[in-house]
Amino acid sequence: MTIGIEHFMVLSGVLFTLAVAGIFLNRKNLILLLMCIELMLLAVNFNFIAMSRFLGDLGGQVFVFFILTVAAAEAAIGLAILVVLFRSRRSINVEELDVMKG
Amino acid sequence: MINPIMFYVLAAVLIIAALGVITSRNPVYSAMLLVLSFVTSAALWVMLEAEFLGIALVLVYVGAVMVLFLFVVMMLDVNVEVVRGGMTRYTPLGILVALAVFGEIVFVVWQKRFGDTTFVTPPPKDADYSNTEALGAVLYTEYVYAFELAAVILLLAIVAAIMLTMRKRPGLKQQDIGAQVAVDARDRVRLVKMKSESDQ
Repeated sequence: MTIGIEHFMVLSGVLFTLAVAGIFLNRKNLILLLMCIELMLLAVNFNFIAMSRFLGDLGGQVFVFFILTVAAAEAAIGLAILVVLFRSRRSINVEELDVMKG
Repeated sequence: MINPIMFYVLAAVLIIAALGVITSRNPVYSAMLLVLSFVTSAALWVMLEAEFLGIALVLVYVGAVMVLFLFVVMMLDVNVEVVRGGMTRYTPLGILVALAVFGEIVFVVWQKRFGDTTFVTPPPKDADYSNTEALGAVLYTEYVYAFELAAVILLLAIVAAIMLTMRKRPGLKQQDIGAQVAVDARDRVRLVKMKSESDQ
């Protein structure tokens, strides 16, 4: 039995699905929401790398490189916002963040 | 050729770690399991001949981003019991959405018919093939503008993170660098001519 692209894509599908479920399960904790977003980005990167391997095109890997860059920036800014939020409200509960009445 | 046993073992570890991330009670456990899932993914990426990105994932994510996460988790005094989700009325909806997403992905992906010509497994690269070299060859030529934009984004992230978390505390003694640099010698030392006192 050979491992083809479908194995990797289903694996990344499972990862993405777990991340979506995690957002529903942990919808109160902002830190865990950020972690679930990281997991989603990982699943997307998995798809890109599998495609890059099985199509023989390096463009996918370049794209993953940029996704990693942007995700690192996003994590840094997200955590900075989280720290500021915790300083001003003493809580990271999403349900208490209703200033904008959304 | 990818070893099926290795693939299934690593895939199982990855899925169990991801399950742990989303179900763990303690955010520190979640962060550590996320580290495990990143390392396992890096191993799988190396199996897919993306060696550079596998190592970059370990260095950037495990080494920097997850340490940042752990710092924040441990610094903030979060009341875990309050923010913990648990089984709520949204849980069935979450599972339903997750199953629907998974079903659709498998429905599209697990069809052998598009694997016939397009996605035939290519032969492994030669031993002297360097993934880093090949990646660099396209990154600095074809994608050089995107590369520079990525640098700008990182700079923006640095500035934004510092600006967001820097705070001025009232009553705290601080240096004012601008005032220190702008100071003149005459502001600090005053030379006074005095009459000698020896004629007493």
